Amino acid sequence: MSHSPIWPSAAAVVLICLATLGVGSLGLRWSRTTSDFYVASRAVNPWWNASAIGGEYLSAASFLGIAGLALAYGGDILWYPVGYTAGYLVLLALVAAPLRRSGAYTLPDFAEIRLGSLTVRRMASVLTIGIGWLYLLPQFHGAGLALRTVIGTPGWVGEAVVAMVVLINVVTGGMRSITFVQAFQFWIKLTAISLPMIFLLLAWRADGAPDPAALQTPRVRATTAVTLPNTVRADVIEPVTVVVDGTVDGVPTTGTRTWTPGSIELGAGTTVTLPAGAQVPHVAGLEISDGATWVTPSSGAGGRGYPLYRVYSLLLALLFGTMGLPHVLVRFYTNPNGQAARRTTLAVIPLLGLFYLFPPFYGALGRVYAPELLLTGRTDAVVLLLPGRMLDHPWAELASALVTAGAFAAFLSTSSGLTVSVAGVLSQDLLRGRFRSSVLGFRAGALGAVAVPALLSLLGQNVSLADIVGLAFAVAASTFCPLLVLGIWWRGLTPRGAQVGLVVGGVLAIAAVLVTMTGGTTSAAANALLAQPAAWTVPVAFAVMIAVSLATRSSLPDGAARVLVRLHAPEGLGLGQRS
Amino acid sequence: MNKANTPRSGVPRPGLPRPGRGGGSGRPPRVRVTSPRMGTVSRPPARSPSLEIVEQTRLGEVYMRSLIRSQLRLAGTALAVMVLVLAALPLLFAWQPALSAVRVVGVPLPWLLIGVLAYPALTGGAAWLARAADRAERDFGDIVERR
Repeated sequence: MSHSPIWPSAAAVVLICLATLGVGSLGLRWSRTTSDFYVASRAVNPWWNASAIGGEYLSAASFLGIAGLALAYGGDILWYPVGYTAGYLVLLALVAAPLRRSGAYTLPDFAEIRLGSLTVRRMASVLTIGIGWLYLLPQFHGAGLALRTVIGTPGWVGEAVVAMVVLINVVTGGMRSITFVQAFQFWIKLTAISLPMIFLLLAWRADGAPDPAALQTPRVRATTAVTLPNTVRADVIEPVTVVVDGTVDGVPTTGTRTWTPGSIELGAGTTVTLPAGAQVPHVAGLEISDGATWVTPSSGAGGRGYPLYRVYSLLLALLFGTMGLPHVLVRFYTNPNGQAARRTTLAVIPLLGLFYLFPPFYGALGRVYAPELLLTGRTDAVVLLLPGRMLDHPWAELASALVTAGAFAAFLSTSSGLTVSVAGVLSQDLLRGRFRSSVLGFRAGALGAVAVPALLSLLGQNVSLADIVGLAFAVAASTFCPLLVLGIWWRGLTPRGAQVGLVVGGVLAIAAVLVTMTGGTTSAAANALLAQPAAWTVPVAFAVMIAVSLATRSSLPDGAARVLVRLHAPEGLGLGQRS
Repeated sequence: MNKANTPRSGVPRPGLPRPGRGGGSGRPPRVRVTSPRMGTVSRPPARSPSLEIVEQTRLGEVYMRSLIRSQLRLAGTALAVMVLVLAALPLLFAWQPALSAVRVVGVPLPWLLIGVLAYPALTGGAAWLARAADRAERDFGDIVERR
């Protein structure tokens, strides 16, 4: 890794950023009016749209996070990619066509159209912005991690690069350019994850196809130097003789040391050189798992308690959270009609499935070829590291450049999509009237959408990318899912019911997120409940929304029946699409 | 563009001589022919279902409710199948961990099922659902536009 030149990867990052801006500027000549900015004037066909949704959806969590979790937790994480994809079947079944027919631009618009309540609209705005920020955070974080891994820059450099490119792109091009950019990014990402995997598998076969599941414990294959980017507490299980340069348990240490089983603290910047065949000491909180446990789904490999509960709760969050993600929903308004919205959703599923075939297998190879990541805890870097580890010059540089490009495509596309939707809500609902023109307001909104999570991610946290994204899904599933599903299918939803339901679901899910991100509790059961809150927050949110609506039946909005006709009747029959 | 002024051939307008055949060349002018049964008992004018829906009558509500219900039934069927399969798989592997040792072309069985075969299955389910929902809407359109 350290012996291969870094310029191909650096060039790939520059190229992707320039290409994103270049393709984006193509859209400039079309984006003149506000309506162009928001929804590309609704003239995007289903395949373009599906590619764009795929491009937008495959974020840092998908490109880097799944493989990272697979390295640490094995079969338990197979549910992530399936859940990410199955969310679109739920969207197709319950939301896609009616949402398009509602004619709303954003979720707050939908809330207002359906319930005629400005209060619900404002609450939906605040939630959209919150979920958008929570989802943007790991994108910037991932960009920092990626640049540090492949080029060695400090974490904030990658974050700043992605934030700047996204801002320029969104501010100058708006949604129309974003649709082109996103569709283009999907194919880049698919190429960048699949092509290197072919080379890696060939190298793996040539190496005698070492079986990740046969490993009783992760061991480095060759002498490996690990530099810890931050202070880490690690558990030594087997005695190991290492060369250390840095601080161990607060004492400056240089030279050869033999560590006996126990817990040690390694200071930030410490370099540990593990001899070939040494068992990798694991970062505290991550347990060493034998091959048979590691390969089994819902086995609790890696020491995550209550695996079955976690699986079901995660699936619930992913299945029902997808419909509440602001950057996904905004895509539905660019379909010409409800049937096209369904066709777009249908096309998304195989596109995502194609992509998700690959990341878990990067994690599996990582267990053999990059196990020292279990010491740093930064397993998210495994996709970026493997090519340099497994391939020879010049394939190593080429494949590294390709996965780096794909990772940056992932950060850029997801952040662009989120920025557009958060900026739209910010400018429509919170900044309205404060700027001379609505385009100017949109640009100010974009600045706010990017700046807050970029600054927050500088504070740094050590939760894995896919886990933070999972929490964003849980919040969406506990708030927008009941609002959308009940709003579309149940006439009895009242504004008061929606308000109380959003507050209860939102407060519970966000509290769980905050406790988890700040380190959790001491009880394993409570940690499982808080790290995967959807299993209890989603039913509670639904129950509260229904119960309060039933109790306030007298305040049913007047136009509810008419709105339901508009949501469900096919276009072209003259049934209330345009009143 | 002056399309409105150019007479379209093949669509004769009532009261106008046909273009291309000199006017007043012996052809009698067109007259409107109406049904002779003017005196019979007339049925009340049929109200189209779409009018019932637009005016939000009880009948219109029945039409809408049947559409929403059939769509909900389709969605429920698709989701129930998916949720049952997704809920059964973790239980299966927790109950029979030995299944994870089974290899199919070198890939552990759970990785093959969840990591690979799940996607074609989801695509198939989605295709069925999209087609069925479109058909339900077409059927609804046929009923509503009947006059």
